Amino acid sequence: MSGRGSVLLLTAPAMLLMAVFLIGPLLAVVALSFTNYQLGQPSLSFVGIANYLEMAEDETVRVSLGNTLVYAAVVVPASVALGLGAALLIEAEPSLRGFYRASYFLPVMATLIAMAIVWEFVLDPRLGVVNVVIKSFGWKPVDFLHDRKIVLFTLCGIGVWQSVGFNMVLFMAGLTAVPRELYEAAAMDGAGRGFERFRLVTWPMLGPVTLFTVVITAIRAFQVFDTVQVLTDGGPNKASEVLLHTIFAEAFNFFRDGYAAALVVMFLVFIVALSAVRLFVLGRGRTA
Amino acid sequence: MLVTKPDAAAGARPSRGAVRIAGVTKRFGDTTVLDGIDLSIEAGEFVTILGPSGCGKSTLLRIVAGLETETAGGVAIDGVAMAGRAPNARDIAMVFQSYALYPHLTVAQNIAVPLRMRALTPLQRLTGLAPREVRDRIAADVRQVAAMLRIEALLGRKPAQLSGGQKQRVALARAMVRRPCVFLMDEPLSNLDAELRVHMRAEIAQLHRQIGATFIYVTHDQVEAMTMSDRVAVILGGRLQQVASPDRLYRDPDALAVAQFVGTPRINVLPADRLDLPQARAAGAAQVAVRPERLEILASPDDGGGKLKGRLVHRENLGADLLLHIDVPGVPAPLIARTDPTTGETLAIGDELGLAVEPRHALLFDGGGRRIRP
Amino acid sequence: MTAGQSLSPMGRVLRHLVLMTGLVAMLGPFVVMLVTSFKPKAEIFAADFHLLPRQWGGGENYLTALTQVPLLGFLLNGAIVSAAIFLLQVLVNVPAAYALAKRRFRGRGVLFASVLVCLLIPYQAVALPIYILFFSAGLLNSYAALVLPFTISVFGIFLMRQFFIGIPDDLIDAARIDGMSEYRIVWSVMAPSAMPALVAFGIFSLIAHWNDYFWPLIAVSNEELFTPPLGIAFLKLNGEGTAYGPLMAAATIVITPLMLAFLVAQRRFIEGITFTGLKG
Repeated sequence: MSGRGSVLLLTAPAMLLMAVFLIGPLLAVVALSFTNYQLGQPSLSFVGIANYLEMAEDETVRVSLGNTLVYAAVVVPASVALGLGAALLIEAEPSLRGFYRASYFLPVMATLIAMAIVWEFVLDPRLGVVNVVIKSFGWKPVDFLHDRKIVLFTLCGIGVWQSVGFNMVLFMAGLTAVPRELYEAAAMDGAGRGFERFRLVTWPMLGPVTLFTVVITAIRAFQVFDTVQVLTDGGPNKASEVLLHTIFAEAFNFFRDGYAAALVVMFLVFIVALSAVRLFVLGRGRTA
Repeated sequence: MLVTKPDAAAGARPSRGAVRIAGVTKRFGDTTVLDGIDLSIEAGEFVTILGPSGCGKSTLLRIVAGLETETAGGVAIDGVAMAGRAPNARDIAMVFQSYALYPHLTVAQNIAVPLRMRALTPLQRLTGLAPREVRDRIAADVRQVAAMLRIEALLGRKPAQLSGGQKQRVALARAMVRRPCVFLMDEPLSNLDAELRVHMRAEIAQLHRQIGATFIYVTHDQVEAMTMSDRVAVILGGRLQQVASPDRLYRDPDALAVAQFVGTPRINVLPADRLDLPQARAAGAAQVAVRPERLEILASPDDGGGKLKGRLVHRENLGADLLLHIDVPGVPAPLIARTDPTTGETLAIGDELGLAVEPRHALLFDGGGRRIRP
Repeated sequence: MTAGQSLSPMGRVLRHLVLMTGLVAMLGPFVVMLVTSFKPKAEIFAADFHLLPRQWGGGENYLTALTQVPLLGFLLNGAIVSAAIFLLQVLVNVPAAYALAKRRFRGRGVLFASVLVCLLIPYQAVALPIYILFFSAGLLNSYAALVLPFTISVFGIFLMRQFFIGIPDDLIDAARIDGMSEYRIVWSVMAPSAMPALVAFGIFSLIAHWNDYFWPLIAVSNEELFTPPLGIAFLKLNGEGTAYGPLMAAATIVITPLMLAFLVAQRRFIEGITFTGLKG
């Protein structure tokens, strides 16, 4: 009945799948990065760190990494700040609270690919609403997705649009967890309204949630792919090339799996660093 | 800037801190939580608002504090109406049940918050640039109040590192440092263990004597109310039942509900016809209440006319006292008599006992629970 | 801002103003998508811009969208794949979570450590070797390819374990005394007690996999197997990229299932996200 056999039964499927689909591939990726494997080739050979050297020299990789960092640097503060702002405003008063909450959360649920295509239309230089409004002010229309200088920021905008609702919901949970008596003590002490109240009670109590949200958003920002693949394909001229897109191209357009694996390892390093921060935050949150 | 007041000399009544609650009513939607409360508190008094959970006493305190707005009526402090005034503009301080300490600040910083709010401009607070003199004065005030409450050693710690009793003191310190004329306390001892509570009761009473400010204390624990207060205001069902000194409340309650709420063990209640009391009959009393210590055990069950008899069903030996639970026919709950151990020595469970009570110790109530004083 | 400090009338107005402005940006694309899907081609490309359609072109747009590619088939694929993934996830991960939470065995520490380590891995990182594996096994271009890699969910194990730990041991001991096997215990005792966590996990999983683009893009090239994201991307990239009417109609169709589910079970969704977000 109980005993070793049953534990095996309970955990065997998970262990097997974990080995095949997580740990195995993880090790395989690292191993692959030291080879010159190409998909379909019968054999491969060990090439040491040649892939990494190539990566360091590769102009595309440099641009790609730079763009990804810029993307994260824009999306994270913007969506966290806007999420916090939305949460504060919506929680301030009960009127229309449910409506606002649902509406701001809607973009999070909508299939990104579909909405990306919608955004493309909305931002179209000739037909899109946004440019119609711009033109009505007498300005020249902006080619959001084909202008080298702003395409990345356009993608940032779409990224922020999709993340705000998620962060907002997390902040709302954090806000409702703040004990009422703390606000009242602040009111007694003279910090009953506005900025003082925020600074003395709200912001410190939101510390853990904020940190968590920042890390989560950063990890998701590094994983940006859908919008790039469908809207710009990394262009024009690599202006919107991002890490996952480069990896995708190397692995599934050029089939240079060894090289792609090296890129994946670099990608992993970033994500793991961020995820480790997240686990650390979680640990602290649990003991508090 | 900082308002300083001389500490009250023993016995001298302060001139400020008189609180007048007039006709305060509070409704939440259809529910009336407080119904026309009239209460006058003298400067320097220690008044406890006593009542069971949910009776509205905390709401009343919060209305005095300015954290809730009354639906009708008003609160005035020293003759000045408080309507529309923010809590921090009322010269009051409050100690919360959960202490409500700012978790990210040290004890010293916690205590300093009200002073900083009052003495520094927002810009000064934000940048930390404030005149040396002001910062020193604040630090000195914090240290002084910490010394009074014996928590100087804790000044550098954060609330998470403190025990319940220590947090209690920090909350008190933060309230005291403002030197308000009125202190509000919302069940401050309910989160402490029994032993600490006994200790803190004495400390708070002592604090009151030292500072001399008006204390308005809210609790459901009648022991706290009886041991610490100058007067006790009993609120039941949103209405003020009686305001009186603890002694008067105990001996001379206005309502049966008050008599039952105050005193441990609970007062005995019997239908008036079970006792042979001429004045009860004359007054038309429906119920009679007798304190356990006033219920006499007769030497023999048939003494005194044998009107009130019962069987001993339980005894509790408290060491200094003996509590006897006596089942009397016609009375739903056993009567409890408090007597000294030697008297009860010879009694055994199952014994039939004769009971009597002196007429002057029998409290008479009508059918509606109102006190009849013949 | 809770604690009874209500805003002044001016504050209230300001709040609505700011939130409404934000609302335009948040809901704007949905509105544009919807009205455009109702406009005939001539109006979409007209020189002068009107938000609302003058003439009804919706019928044609939606028809085109549904027939140019098997859009409904894509939706069905999405449903099949997401449901299959979640079901298998429950079957595989819940027992493991129970073992980690309530059973003591040699190697438990190692197993949990591996779970934690795997939590750090983003799925795109391991996509390449899995692809190669499937390629060699001839499993690409199949439902299996779409479903199998996601059956293991360390996030699910982690989440359920957290919840299971809170369930009193007495409950389990009582079941054992009644003669229940361990496997029975998982499904008759643990899972029902952990319903909120299961629901939260379900919501999280269904949304994530319905909307997933990266892996299906890699794993299948056969149009019959396309999931909704693939389907609409295909429509755009291979069809006429400027056929905005049908495109918007397709987009509407693709997002409708989740949108409807959300509007119906709003609170559950948001609770679920919050729950998994704060725990995971």
